Amino acid sequence: MKFVESLAIAIRSLFANKLRSSLTMLGIIIGVGAVITLMSVGRGAQASITSTFEQMGTNLLSVIPSSGEVGGIAGMSYAFMTPTLTLDDAKALERIPSVVAIDPVNENYVEVTAGGESKVAIIHGASPAYQQVYNHSLALGQFISDRNVASRDMVVVLGNEVAEDLFGADDPVGQKVKMKGKRFTVIGVLEPKGGAIMGVSLDNVVVTPITTFQTKLFTQRTARGEDAVQSISVKVASAEVIDEVREEIETILRRRHRLSVDEKNDFAVISMEQMLGMLQQVTGIFTIVLGAIASISLLVGSIGIMNIMLVSVTERTREIGIRKAVGAKRRDILLQFLIEAAILSLVGGGIGIVGGWVISFLISHVNLGGITIHSVVSADIVILAISVSVFIGLASGIYPAMRAARLNPIDALRYG
Amino acid sequence: MIEFESVTKVYRMGNVEVYALRGVTLSIKQGEMISIIGASGSGKSTLLHVIGCLDRLTSGSYFFEGAEVSRLNDNQLAEMRNKKFGFVFQDYNLLSRATALANVELPLIYGGSRNKRQPAMEALERVGLGPRAKHKPTELSGGEQQRVAIARALVNNPALILADEPTGNLDSAATAEIISIFRQLNQDGITVVIVTHEADIAAQTQRIIHLRDGEIISQ
Repeated sequence: MKFVESLAIAIRSLFANKLRSSLTMLGIIIGVGAVITLMSVGRGAQASITSTFEQMGTNLLSVIPSSGEVGGIAGMSYAFMTPTLTLDDAKALERIPSVVAIDPVNENYVEVTAGGESKVAIIHGASPAYQQVYNHSLALGQFISDRNVASRDMVVVLGNEVAEDLFGADDPVGQKVKMKGKRFTVIGVLEPKGGAIMGVSLDNVVVTPITTFQTKLFTQRTARGEDAVQSISVKVASAEVIDEVREEIETILRRRHRLSVDEKNDFAVISMEQMLGMLQQVTGIFTIVLGAIASISLLVGSIGIMNIMLVSVTERTREIGIRKAVGAKRRDILLQFLIEAAILSLVGGGIGIVGGWVISFLISHVNLGGITIHSVVSADIVILAISVSVFIGLASGIYPAMRAARLNPIDALRYG
Repeated sequence: MIEFESVTKVYRMGNVEVYALRGVTLSIKQGEMISIIGASGSGKSTLLHVIGCLDRLTSGSYFFEGAEVSRLNDNQLAEMRNKKFGFVFQDYNLLSRATALANVELPLIYGGSRNKRQPAMEALERVGLGPRAKHKPTELSGGEQQRVAIARALVNNPALILADEPTGNLDSAATAEIISIFRQLNQDGITVVIVTHEADIAAQTQRIIHLRDGEIISQ
């Protein structure tokens, strides 16, 4: 018998049992759909982090305190750090020739209130260089000046989202806001920047002079009792001189911190690229976990196919007997069942891919409390999902098909 | 055409061995119309299945047109069933979701015929079912379903038609119809073997093989 005829028999038999065929496919549809959706979301999250960092520029270095013991992302978390950096450290770095701007930044969460409105935002204690380092432009008013920093003025510049939530359409410049029970005057509003890092909007910020942050809001001291700086952002002239500048920063800070030759750095100099690498590691793990969850549903789907194939062989024992009685060979029966399994898994996989695609498209267009994930459906995920579903279909079809093919015709006919 | 030489068939039911055939020696010539009779459990269906290569014998020898059948492998047996034999069963054994025509085409598909529709239609017309070719078995009466089964049995021009209680589920009018079809086929040169327990059907055949407890007591 020719292959085309086996194909025709298989297709006819699938159409003759529409309910059973669609139930079998459902498992694969859900499994493949879940794989596509979750992998796309994971990839999307990775892509959005990468693009956010690229926006910030690759010619940026960040100096943070570090015990030199805890590495990776954990080492970057403020919770693990003893403060070692000061404003004088930041000032000393200005001497390096290729450095364009230096911005010491302290960061925390704070509740900002104005009138009846309140909002939790990220507060940055910064210097005038903040604007240049992070490519922020002003929408209204002015930015923090050197004088503001020197005299620890109670002034703030609001991120666009904060300004809108607190003051709506009104002009916030000159108005008062309250943080930690103290009153600050709004002197400017930043242009919206869009984007987010790990789901936190870049526009949900409040900027205040770093000296004000240190003395009036969140006091933190180094071992020697000076006001601490959480991190120093260093913008260099171009990406090529990054390594050179990194070395100079290390030399200057080691001398200032009086570290002997055999002592480790009590700070770390991290480039945006390194930071991106670490974050990508995290989102990579995130994607793998999502993929694993999706794979479990694919596995469950495949067990479903196997189960239904087995039931269908049993249920169709008589049909197999009839076919064998009129001259079907083992190979013919085997081929029929295998083709049926392959069609089910191919069609199911196809529908699953389309479904997963649609769902990840919808996810991209749904705002989840300020966070949007632009999911990315890429060819390799689709190919992976198709091949997995066909493999599962064939693998779970082979055993029932062989069992069906081996039946003795008269035993098969007597059944049921 | 068919030579049986002390053929036995033993089934194992757990630890018990059941003898369905005990040393059956028999020959069938081309063009005969034979009935096999006997009480239920006498082994008449088993004999028919062994003749038709639906089942293998346990010991003895079986020659079909001079060839030793017990030496054939599964694929060769399938070919024998396809080309040499046509089966008609008591409960028709049609594919219930396929039309009469598709059912009759089935042996042609497995036989690898290029042209299927025309011989299948001819076979249906031969049993008087041409106009009902597009009907499914559930839309046909018992007698009509059995005629579809006969059409399927003869579509590959078999040497032998084997019928296992073909009228067991039919009323007397349909029974008469089916038997007259078998007689017509026999007159056209096809050897027919019918298993039955109805004496008046057996009476219409040329030769009666009487089985009891797996042995032939008269033929």
